[in-house]
Amino acid sequence: MEQTLEFTIDGLPVTAAPGETIMAAADAAGIYIPRLCAMKGLSPFGACRLCTVLVDGRSQSACTQPAAAGMVVENDTEQLQGFRKNLIDMLFVEGNHFCMACEKSGNCELQALAYRFGILAPKYQYQFPQREIDASHPDVLLDRNRCILCARCVRASQELDGKEIAGFVGRGGEKHLAASSGCGFVGTDVAADDAALAACPVGALLRKRVGFSTPIGQRKYDHQPIGCEKELRPEKSSTTSDVQKGVAS
Amino acid sequence: MGKGAERIVIEPVTRVEGHGKVTILLDEQRQVQEARLHIVEFRGFERFIQGRPLWEIPVLVQRLCGICPVSHHLCAAKAIDHIVGADQLTATAHKMRLLMHHGQFLQSHALHFFHLCSPDLLFGFDADVAKRNVIGIIGAHPELARQGVLLRKYGQEIIRATAGKKIHGTGAIPGGINKNLSLAERDDLLTDLEQIVAWSRDVVTLAKDYTLEHLEELAPLGSFDSSHMAIVRDDGAYDIYDGRLRACSAEGEVILDHADNQTYHHVLAEEVRPWSYMKFPFIRELGPRDGWYRVGPLARLNVCDYFDTPLAEAARKEFAAVTGGKPCNVTMAYHWARMIELLHSAETIDQLLHDPDLQGNDLVVTGERRLEGVGIIEAPRGTLFHHYRVNEDDQITMCNLIVSTTSNNEPMNRAVKKVAMDHLNGVETITEGMLNRVEVAIRAYDPCLSCATHAMGQMPLVVELHDADGAVLDKRVRDA
Ligand code: SF4
Ligand code: FES
Repeated sequence: MEQTLEFTIDGLPVTAAPGETIMAAADAAGIYIPRLCAMKGLSPFGACRLCTVLVDGRSQSACTQPAAAGMVVENDTEQLQGFRKNLIDMLFVEGNHFCMACEKSGNCELQALAYRFGILAPKYQYQFPQREIDASHPDVLLDRNRCILCARCVRASQELDGKEIAGFVGRGGEKHLAASSGCGFVGTDVAADDAALAACPVGALLRKRVGFSTPIGQRKYDHQPIGCEKELRPEKSSTTSDVQKGVAS
Repeated sequence: MGKGAERIVIEPVTRVEGHGKVTILLDEQRQVQEARLHIVEFRGFERFIQGRPLWEIPVLVQRLCGICPVSHHLCAAKAIDHIVGADQLTATAHKMRLLMHHGQFLQSHALHFFHLCSPDLLFGFDADVAKRNVIGIIGAHPELARQGVLLRKYGQEIIRATAGKKIHGTGAIPGGINKNLSLAERDDLLTDLEQIVAWSRDVVTLAKDYTLEHLEELAPLGSFDSSHMAIVRDDGAYDIYDGRLRACSAEGEVILDHADNQTYHHVLAEEVRPWSYMKFPFIRELGPRDGWYRVGPLARLNVCDYFDTPLAEAARKEFAAVTGGKPCNVTMAYHWARMIELLHSAETIDQLLHDPDLQGNDLVVTGERRLEGVGIIEAPRGTLFHHYRVNEDDQITMCNLIVSTTSNNEPMNRAVKKVAMDHLNGVETITEGMLNRVEVAIRAYDPCLSCATHAMGQMPLVVELHDADGAVLDKRVRDA
């Protein structure tokens, strides 16, 4: 039998296999650590910092940091949750996220996180950036207005689809996702049922013509906050109080 | 403005959905020359949706209006249906949309009547404005107020069951609908239905009795002859969801009939005027000067041949009898007409809820793709047009909307002019009576600005009387 290591998250004993990340061990133990760029089945990326935890007092991203025996991890603290809340808030104002008219509403991880954290309106100023849409492909659409640069599509394309459909270009505020062809997605071998499309946490990389075909009430986060499926005791989390269990709009 | 002309400005203080102000131009003899209701329309929208994918449009357009989003939702869906080649929806999809639309009529008409109109009717136009509002109604007529609230709520529940949410739902999708009505949802709605139809019947009686008893006072108030326009079915039946354009003159002669929806611009044109952001649509055959027309409840009753539900049809016959079957041109008759429509919607909801097609599972159809589509629908306030063009990549490249308040723009100007002429000629001060009647006449049309700015039952107004040099001769302010 493989040896396991023991450590604690918020005082609860957790076990992990050697090399396993803090996040994977937390998931297995029924403890939810908020995340956006991490996705099961994809290599860790460490871009969004939403999963930041304190490991023996130092901040680390739980999706990339391997667990070690005896480490003391803090996750559900007021300070960390406040920090995460600000990050979510900033993601909203940095792009053009109008949930009301977005077909991913109710299935969107960013929106679901906002609900879980009780954000009803961002406290920062909207930036209203000018962003291009790539609708060139007959079955796939990229709406950069909603892209949060998480690279889940990029990794899923490489690691699961065995393709290379997109990558990032530009820096800072100019950084954006671009198809790996000079003429947009139409010049790539992307297909509507690629894992890359399913991997997008928001309404950015979309299969065309799906639109609003799932009625309200049958969407992923209509009935329970994001993360609850991982949690053993969601009622214990500081971010799932009753008022925050609102249904996605 | 020429020397010697005076200007009176009536301006709602609170800007909400469509902020408006009224300018009344006097000539040198202090006679009313013209009245203009300025409405700031959200024209930016037509540019804002450029490039958006077409399947997003029916949901996106609901941002246009916080008052009747369902009308925009369905109208856009009809236009997009045409683009995706869905020429005939399934019975389930068609009837679910009908149900949603009638739910919207019920809630919108109930809101207008009980919140905005009943205070005028029950207390009189010259009653103290502090009392002439919905709070006053709750105090003096609690049962009526309760029925109003519950009728509206029922309409909202219908919308929720068909669109998923009371406001900004998602039900209509290109080529159909995203859900049917479950038996549980149906049974829930059936519980109160009988009561809803009964109350709707009562409120028609209330509107009728009031109108007939006060006809002498109401008939001239903001009234004028006009053409009327609405969509009707091919056999002339009243239909708020599907039909083709028909227009008749003030005397009832048919101006146009069976006009093809996809080429509405062959029969209608839009004029831009320098003093308003709003476009002025007109019937081409009659030209820009005479081609204006009225839309909404009064126009629909004037234009249609019959209602396909028994109670509403009986009510329509009583309504038509007053004018001997000719079109009614009395502005204040909008309220009675509106309540007949409310009853028709209640009856139609009754029919639909008993129709097993609503539990069908065949929800969406597709067909041959087109690059352009027009949707025309009757919104609670009148005919609504959505017109889109798309490119091969499914993105919107052109959008043109004609909303009911735009069509009723000229009629509202006429109504205000009529009131001003009756009250102002030769007088240099704005009387309370005139102010009240300007408000009441505009309100009869239920324009977006009216219902948004006086959702609490009162329209905030600033009235200023200017001399030729812009100096204020008189000023009256009415806060909400
Ligand atoms: S398109 Fe979606 S998955 Fe790809 S980087 Fe943007 S947000 Fe992430
Ligand atoms: S989930 Fe760990 S950094 Fe994004």
